[in-house]
Amino acid sequence: MTVFFQTLVSGILIGGIYALIGMGMTLIMGVMGIINLAHGQLMMVAMYITFVAYTFFHLDPYLSLFVAMPCLFFLGVAIQKFLLNPLMEVETIIPQNQVLMTVGIAIVLTEIARFIFSSTYRSVTTSYTGKVFFLGGISFNVAMTVAFLFAVTLTIVLFWFLLKTDLGRSIRATAQDKEAAILMGVNSRRITIITYGLGAALVASAGSLLIPIFYLFPDIGRPFTTKAFVITILGGMGSTVGAIFGGLTLGIAESMGATYIGMSYKEMVGLIIFLLVLIFLPGGLKRLTKV
Amino acid sequence: MKRNQVISAIIAVVFIILPLVVTSDYYRHLAILALMWVVIGGSWNLLAGYTGQISFGHAIFFGTGAYTAGILADKLGTSAWLGMALGGFTAVLAGLVIGFICFRLRGPYFALATIAAGEICRLIAVNWESLTNGMVGVLLIQTFRSKLPYYYVALALAAASLLVFNLVMKSKWGFYFVSIREDQDAAESLGINAALYKNLSLAISAFFTGTAGAFYMNYMAFIDPEVVFSLPYISIMAILVAIIGGVATIWGPAVGALIMVGIQETFRSAIFGLAPKWVSQSHALVFGLMVIFVILYLANGVVGDWPKIKRLVVRSR
Repeated sequence: MTVFFQTLVSGILIGGIYALIGMGMTLIMGVMGIINLAHGQLMMVAMYITFVAYTFFHLDPYLSLFVAMPCLFFLGVAIQKFLLNPLMEVETIIPQNQVLMTVGIAIVLTEIARFIFSSTYRSVTTSYTGKVFFLGGISFNVAMTVAFLFAVTLTIVLFWFLLKTDLGRSIRATAQDKEAAILMGVNSRRITIITYGLGAALVASAGSLLIPIFYLFPDIGRPFTTKAFVITILGGMGSTVGAIFGGLTLGIAESMGATYIGMSYKEMVGLIIFLLVLIFLPGGLKRLTKV
Repeated sequence: MKRNQVISAIIAVVFIILPLVVTSDYYRHLAILALMWVVIGGSWNLLAGYTGQISFGHAIFFGTGAYTAGILADKLGTSAWLGMALGGFTAVLAGLVIGFICFRLRGPYFALATIAAGEICRLIAVNWESLTNGMVGVLLIQTFRSKLPYYYVALALAAASLLVFNLVMKSKWGFYFVSIREDQDAAESLGINAALYKNLSLAISAFFTGTAGAFYMNYMAFIDPEVVFSLPYISIMAILVAIIGGVATIWGPAVGALIMVGIQETFRSAIFGLAPKWVSQSHALVFGLMVIFVILYLANGVVGDWPKIKRLVVRSR
């Protein structure tokens, strides 16, 4: 039974960070109707920023959160402004070229990182790396717990922003009905740019939070892109609340899979969930609540 | 009509004579790869360009075909060429499964589902070690030492695929495909069985991609999951080949294949050894930049945007 609870706890802890990744993706999905296949790669960039900040300036990863997030916000803004928005005017037979563009961006980001940092595995060893504390017989990884708490805080801030501020309301309006939002005087082009920046900043925070736990190498982005993508489908496209539950579900399912089936099948668990959702619950968790 | 046939005949003759003139193994190798991509790009184009079902998972069919040939030869000891005959059919089987799951979804959601399906196939190939040897991959011994037989097999395959795509698009099926792309609901209201024709399009597309995959196994004699189930280097490459040439044109993907393989090899070989070595390490970066560039400026491809290119050239004179 302890094994079960231990697995559950570590699943929930990582799930909180997955939720952070998924929320960025789902915001972009909601506003622009495209899936951002460069999402994990943006996280990889944030992780390298954190890594550089730690190695050269001895900045604690949790402090570099406030460096990486603005950096990635502006990177996201630039990507949306100069690469994705111009595509709206290009006339083509296939409408999915924005998705294809994000794949191109993903490859370019990965290769630039490989160019600068080479493929070597790197890690940030802080004073709390590998430290654990016990609570009722269950061990908690310190770095994971701190990351989880940060993730919860950021989620609350995000919800406050989306529900209470003018900009947040414009973002939600654009996601609900773009034409109506434009008629109400929302500058939808500006909103897409801000949303992409916001999504990038959210995933950047996840990157900074994960760096004391994971090894860093240029290809780390790809599995996280897949995860973000599974969470978005699982939670229901464009649903922020869905992304939180999607993230937690994926985290728990992955750690259960790793404990009870086998470590090498961890990655596959998410994708199987994904297919099951497509077959039995198209529309994701959002469908269950009818919100 | 007559003029087109003459041009096709001339192109065919040029390609038949080409390897006899070009004796360098390196250039023959490039020609073989380009011909293989003609098949894959054309297959993708049939499903996505004409039928409107944008697939991000053509590596599924390529990999299935390649592994069919590889596993048959490796585990059962049959000739890998038997695998080439069967590879297309196993790819069709895979295609029907994918179609069953993914055709419930439309537009961008279909595209997303194919990405996930592709990743699942890759992970299965990595983890099912008793069948696929996992990351170790499948290694065969090539049947021929000369490139010439492979060249003609690839040429025959490319010619057959172009012929079939051409025939299909001129038949009733072709019109059904295009009508589904333009408006699936309207097509259904006119009595077209959209599910059936989408699956048909997928099956033809999967068959040729699978055969190309089995050919790849025969020719390269080595595969591993990261090569044949690769999202960027098979699935995205297939899309790029079709886009750079011209989506929804018969000759577009063929032209695109020649261009893409040409550009890729130019950088892989560091501009034929003239540039410093780091250029050859950047070929993946160049591939990514190509994706971005093509989508931004050549979204309808060389064949599709030909009038635009012509205008630019004429004006600049």
